[in-house]
Order: sequence, then structure tokens, then C-alpha cells
Amino acid sequence: MFDYETLKLIWWGLIGVLLIGFALTDGFDMGAMAIMPFVAKTDNERRVAINTIAPHWDGNQVWFITAGGALFAAWPLVYATAFSGMYWALLLVLFGLFCRPVGFDYRSKLENKKWRDIWDWALFAGGALPALLFGVAFGNLFLGLPFRFDETMRSHFEGSFFSLLHPFALLAGVVSLSMLSAHGGSWLMLRTEGELYERSCKATRLCAMVFLGGFFICGVWLLLGIDGLNLVDNFDPNAALNPLVKQVTLDNSGWQTNYVRYPLTQFAPLLGLVGGALALMGAQTKRNGLAFLGTSLAIVGAILTAGFALFPFVMPSAIDPVSSLTVWDAVSSKKTLGIMLIAAIIFVPIILGYTLWCYWHMWGKLNDQTIEANPHGLY
Amino acid sequence: MISESVVDLSRLQFAMTALYHFLFVPLTLGMTFLLAIMESVYVMTGKQVYKDMVKFWGKLFGINFALGVTTGLTMEFQFGTNWAYYSHYVGDIFGAPLAIEGLMAFFLESTFIGLFFFGWDRLSKIQHLSVTWLVALGSNLSALWILVANGWMQNPVGAEFNFETMRMELVDFGALLLNPVAQVKFVHTVASGYVTGAVFVLAISSYYLLKKRDLGFARRSFAIASAFGMASILSVLVLGDESGYEVGEVQKAKLAAIEAEWDTHPAPASFTLFGFPNEETQHTDFAVRIPFALGIIATRSLDEQVIGIKDLIIENEARIRNGMVAYGLLEELRAGDKTPEKIAAFNEVKEDLGYALLLKKYTPNVVDASEAQIKQAAKDTIPSVFSMFWTFRAMVASGLLMLVLFACAFWASARKNEESKPWLLKFALYSLPLPWIATQTGWFVAEHGRQPWTIGGVLPTHLSASSLTTNDLWGSLFALIAFYTVLLVVEMYLMIRFARLGPSSLHTGRYHFEQPGNALHGGQAHGEGHQSVNA
Repeated sequence: MFDYETLKLIWWGLIGVLLIGFALTDGFDMGAMAIMPFVAKTDNERRVAINTIAPHWDGNQVWFITAGGALFAAWPLVYATAFSGMYWALLLVLFGLFCRPVGFDYRSKLENKKWRDIWDWALFAGGALPALLFGVAFGNLFLGLPFRFDETMRSHFEGSFFSLLHPFALLAGVVSLSMLSAHGGSWLMLRTEGELYERSCKATRLCAMVFLGGFFICGVWLLLGIDGLNLVDNFDPNAALNPLVKQVTLDNSGWQTNYVRYPLTQFAPLLGLVGGALALMGAQTKRNGLAFLGTSLAIVGAILTAGFALFPFVMPSAIDPVSSLTVWDAVSSKKTLGIMLIAAIIFVPIILGYTLWCYWHMWGKLNDQTIEANPHGLY
Repeated sequence: MISESVVDLSRLQFAMTALYHFLFVPLTLGMTFLLAIMESVYVMTGKQVYKDMVKFWGKLFGINFALGVTTGLTMEFQFGTNWAYYSHYVGDIFGAPLAIEGLMAFFLESTFIGLFFFGWDRLSKIQHLSVTWLVALGSNLSALWILVANGWMQNPVGAEFNFETMRMELVDFGALLLNPVAQVKFVHTVASGYVTGAVFVLAISSYYLLKKRDLGFARRSFAIASAFGMASILSVLVLGDESGYEVGEVQKAKLAAIEAEWDTHPAPASFTLFGFPNEETQHTDFAVRIPFALGIIATRSLDEQVIGIKDLIIENEARIRNGMVAYGLLEELRAGDKTPEKIAAFNEVKEDLGYALLLKKYTPNVVDASEAQIKQAAKDTIPSVFSMFWTFRAMVASGLLMLVLFACAFWASARKNEESKPWLLKFALYSLPLPWIATQTGWFVAEHGRQPWTIGGVLPTHLSASSLTTNDLWGSLFALIAFYTVLLVVEMYLMIRFARLGPSSLHTGRYHFEQPGNALHGGQAHGEGHQSVNA
């Protein structure tokens, strides 16, 4: 069907699609929960906020789970090295996510105020913590992670959780948290009314501003003070490559090689900024659709910006550049990539179809009366 | 080399999180199907009580499902966090069914489950029924794909070692999918899930019948659960037997350990019903044996032998020696000597490369292992006999007990006289733990019996772990146990509370605690059943 080189490129794109799908859908679940304690004051308001995402969060979360599975199948070395290396960071993400399924289902099952308050903070952690840490992880990709392989391809990680908390990575975490919070805010603008709606507009505006500032500073910081890698072009991308035989040079200041070589890719950071600005405008003028479109474009732009800058690297190594993982050498066999592609071609359109069907059926604004009409059936 | 304590702690963490996850999965498998059946009856008969059944049992299902999703998150990422070398070594094969599970099953189940709970007023009857069936289909498909992955760990077909990339690679996807071990495991596992769901509904319905409340509701639930459970328990037992036969074919060490067959006996071998296997003396003390039974069950013939543990160790020792040759050739290939002769010579013996890797536990330099190390590695190829022997028997005994339960319940339900048999209702109620005992011990037999391998004959467990520190592992183990324990307490609290409350928790005004004079007592006075208006 395709040659190995093309398949490797397609899978770089497909992992990107899964990440974007995750950030666009589960992003507003996480964002809405991250801002819930601040925008939803009464119990009914909180239930409204939760019930806007109640029918969808589980399906949305599957983008994350499937991205994990796809990473395992398409880039096993990345799956192995990233998650064992960033052990505590990933566990923290998981502990955050643990709070959500139980938080949603159990919170409103009892009347007790203390019970509900505890679950509200658990849901807050389940939204904010992963949103923050995904950004920190991405920031570390630009800085390079402290790992290397031995000759049996066993990875050794020479850092700790705290070594991930470089100021640049923390800033990337703020960008990601504010971006997803703005997305959650614009989602609540679409689905709520009254005071909750007003506060959601405010939160969206604030988060969009933080995102715009943070995203811009990240870019400047990269150009001024972070050195990237270049892959020496002396290999056959069509072959099964051992990651340890490549040559890497350290002359990619600010990870800008791709942006210079392929100027079209510059639309990605631009899209991030335009998206952020549209979100700000939409929240300011109370045009809900525009705000949601803006936060969505900002997410797509931000993820593409990172992907384009790093390409063909997926996981650069800071201590042994040769161990860095790229789209050419961290991949599965041609056969596995081909079979997985067929599965993706069949199922992704079907998934998109029934997901839209579900959203369409559950669409509409929720308010206090919605909750009071069905206090025991809703979350 | 990774320290043994890192490997042991990683195993402990994986076993704990997997078994914990598997507390919730079988019930989900069974309940989604039962809910779909109940709702089908509702749509066909139009009787409100069936709709109430779907909603009430769906509530309990939801409490369970939330923890199933929570604990499933750990599983999807734990291969990467704790078994990094495994992920690299076999991700090319093992990752594919996991990713397809996400695309084909998880999306289906998780997208429609929201509509199952919240779509009652927004969908037509038929649409909602379809949604419920799709949830059941999704959860069952996810079992299929995860067991395709697990079946490959037990019986790694359709893959080959590639010395260039230093890993196993897929050569035949059809073989992976149609792996006989995966097929029998799938049907045995989902059927055990159906039994779990059926016992759950049967036991709680019996509680209402014993308490003489919500009788119409309980009677109908009892009837559906007993019929569904009867069919399911028969499937589990028949397919479990099939599973045992398959194990006899491809995992001889597992079978020998389950049956504590130390020696190879003349066919057909006798079956040890009871006894105390002693690993020191390689003998089973106080054994009670049934002549011929094992030979007939395991080989389905009168003249095939069941190979005993002592002989398996001898066989495996030869494979280790052969594997050492393969390992030596691999080192030459890796050093750059890639002549066609060398590659051909390596391909000749690479089947046994995994056996040489067993020696890595004792020496980094496999090719110069001592005689004592080889003997020890050969002994390692047999899983712990005592625990295998007893957990297997616990599983089978629970299964047989549930067969008796469903036979009685089905008979009584067909004659509509279960209410006049309090002993049967009590039997059903107290049987509630049985499916969990059976599924947990069954999982233990399947996975502990795979030791010392993560991938049978290909990759030893001690090589598979990530290069973490014992501090990392103690920390994560402690955090997971603490968090999971809190969640379990909360889940059990809600489950018991709503199970006691029964269909009154739906607030339809039709059920027991909503009738004048039937208010809840004591600790339940502040319960949901008592307050109809929300704070």
C-alpha cells in the first residue's frame, strides 16, 4: 500500500490527530472542572457545569486512552521511554484523572455538603493537574529529557520528577492549563445561562489572555535561549533503523530549522495566536460560538507548533543526543504500522460520526430548572 | 542488571492493580448485557417495571463502572511506566490490539454510556435500546482485544525476533487474532463476566424477596438473572474445560503446576483432587487421586501422556543450552558480522533465545553461565506449584457451587415458587462473593502460571521491568494502595446503600420506601430515599 517512509510520516500525523482530538474534546472537560470552583458558586450551578459534560467526558477521555494505545503500537520506544522516565509525572496525571469517573458519578449521590465539596475539589484536581502536567511534559521535550539507551535498547533515565520542573517547562504548563481552561470556559459559555454564564465569560477572557502572553513568551524564550537538535540526513528513511546509529548535530537554535526551511509551517504559531485572540474577542462580546472556535483553533495551533518545531524528533535526549527518538527510528515494523492504519481508516470516521450524533442529541443550554426537574437522574 | 527487588515490586504493583481492576470488569461485562436484555423486554412488553429495572440496576452498574474506568486508566499506561523493556521488546505486536481496543471498543462503550444514563428523555425507545446494546457490544469487544493481547503473552504466535531492532516483530496478524489461547480465554472470560452480573442481580433480588418488599420488581429481576446465569455458568464451565485443554497443548508447565504433576505417569494419568504439593521434596503429600481423569481431561485421549514437572525441567534445560548458542550468535551479529551464514545459523536457533535470557537473572554474560546457573534457570521455568494447585481448585469449586445455585434458582423461577424457598434465597444472597473469588483466582492461575515469563518462552519477567529504583516503586505502590483503598471503601458504601434502598432510589413513588409508613430507619434516615427535594 504505502512504503515504510510514508507510513512513518502518516503515523506522526495520526498521533498528532489523536492528541488534538484529546485536547479538543477532553480539553473542555478538564478546563471546565479546573475553573468550576471559581465560576460555579451554588450547588445547582456546579451541577449544571458538571452535567454539561456528564454525557460526554467518558467518550472524550478515550481519546487519551487511545492515544496511549496508539503510542504503544506505533512508537513503542516512545511509550516505554517517556512513561518510565517521567514516572512520577505520569502517575500524577493518572491520579488526577482517577478523580474524574468517581467524582462525576458519586458526587451528587449523597446530599451531604461536605461530601460534595470534597468531590468538587477532586474534580478540580482531575481537571487542572493533567492540564498543567501535559504542558510541563511538552516543555521538557523542547529542553530534552535526561535519558539514554544501552546496547540492548534498555532506557535509563537520569533525572527525577523535580528535574522536570525547569522554568521553561513550568511556563509551558501554564500555557497548557490556561489554554484548556479557556476552552472549558468557552464550553460553559455555550451550554449555560445566568450568573454561571457571566462568570464563565470572565474566566474565558482571563485564561485567553494568560494563554496569549504565555504562548508568546514561550516562543521568545525558545528563540533566545534554547538549543534544539538537527538530524543528519545520511540514512534511509525506508529502512528499519536502530535508533543508536543516527547522527545528530546541536545546531538548531530555538528549534527554528523547520520554520526557516518550510515557511508554510509558520501558520501554526500564528493560528495559536489568532485562536487566542478570537477567544478573547468572543468572550468580550459574548459571542459564544466565536469564543469556542477561538479556543479550539488555539489548541490546534499550539499542538502543531510543537510538532512542527520538533519534527522529526519526538523525544530528544539532553544527555545523549544519539539516543533521541525520531519518527524514523522509534517506530514499529512496517506491518504493524500498516495494519494500524487500516484500523484507523475504518474506525476514526465511524467514531466521529457517532460522537457527533451523541452531542447532537444532548445539545442545549442547562440551568437550575434542568437540575431541579431531575435531581436523582442527573450527576 | 535490574535488582530483584525492583522486579518483585513491579510485579506486585502490576498484580495488585490488575486484580483490583478485575473486581469491576466482570460485573461491567455481565451487567451491560443484563441491562440490554431487561430493556429489550421493556421495549417488547411496554411494562414500566422493566424500565425501572434498567434504571435501578443501571444505577448500581454506574457505581461499579466508575471504578472500572478509573482503574483501567492505570492499566493502559502501566506497561510503559513499569515494564518499559517489555514495551520496547514486544510493543510491535502487543500494542496493536491495545490500540484497536481503544478505537473499536472503548470509544463505542464510553461514548454511548453517556446516552445510556442521560438520554432517556432525548431518545426514542428504540434509539435508547440500541444505545444500551452498543454499550454491551463495546464492553465485550474490549474484552476480546485485551484477551487477544493477553493470549499472545501466553502463546506468542505470529511474531519473530529481529536482531537489527532488538525486538519481536509482527509477521502474521491473522495468527495473532486467531490465537487459540486468545479465543478460549475470550469466551471463558466474558462468560464469567455474565455469571458475575447474574449472581449480582440474583443475590440482591433475593434480598428483596427475603425482606418481602418490591416483590414484582424482585421476582422479574430474579427470573432474568437465573435464566441468564444458567446459560452463562454452563458456558463458563464448558469453555473453562476447553481452556484447560488448550493450556495442556501450549503451556505444559502451567498445566503441570496446576495439577502438581511432578512425574510423567503412564497415560492416562490420574487426577489429584486434593493434596499438599511440597516444592522442596517435589512430591504431593496426602494426595487424593482419581484414576485416569487428568489424562482424559488434559489430552482428551487414553494414550497421550501429561508431561510431569521433572521432565519439563530437563526439556527446558536443553532449550537453555540451545538458547545460549543463539545468544552468542546474536552478539556476533550485533558486533557487525552479518554474513548470510551467520544470519542463517542464528535463525536456526533463535526460537530458544528467550530461554537463554532466563540466565540474565544470574549472569550478565549469558554465554559463560555456569552449570549451576543453567540448572537453576531450568528450575525457574516452573511456576509455584502450591499456589497454582490451590487457586485453581478454589476457582473450580466456586464455579461448581454457582452451577448448583443457578440450577436451583432456574428451576424455582420456572415453577414460580422461589419465594416459598427461603433457603434458596439465602443461598443466592450468600453466594454474592463467589464470582469474585472465581474471577480473581482464575486471573491468578492464568497470569501467575505464566511465570517466569512475561511472554511465554520469549521474554523473562525479570528482564521486562523498567529501570526504576526501589524508592520509586515503594512510593507508587503505597500511593496506589492508599488511593484505591479509599475509593473501594467509598464504592462499597454507595453500593450497599443503594442496594438496600432498592428501586425506591429512583423516586418514582411506586416502591417500598416511598409508601407511607415505610420510611428508612437508623443510619439510613438521612439517605437519598428520604429527601425528595434537592439542596
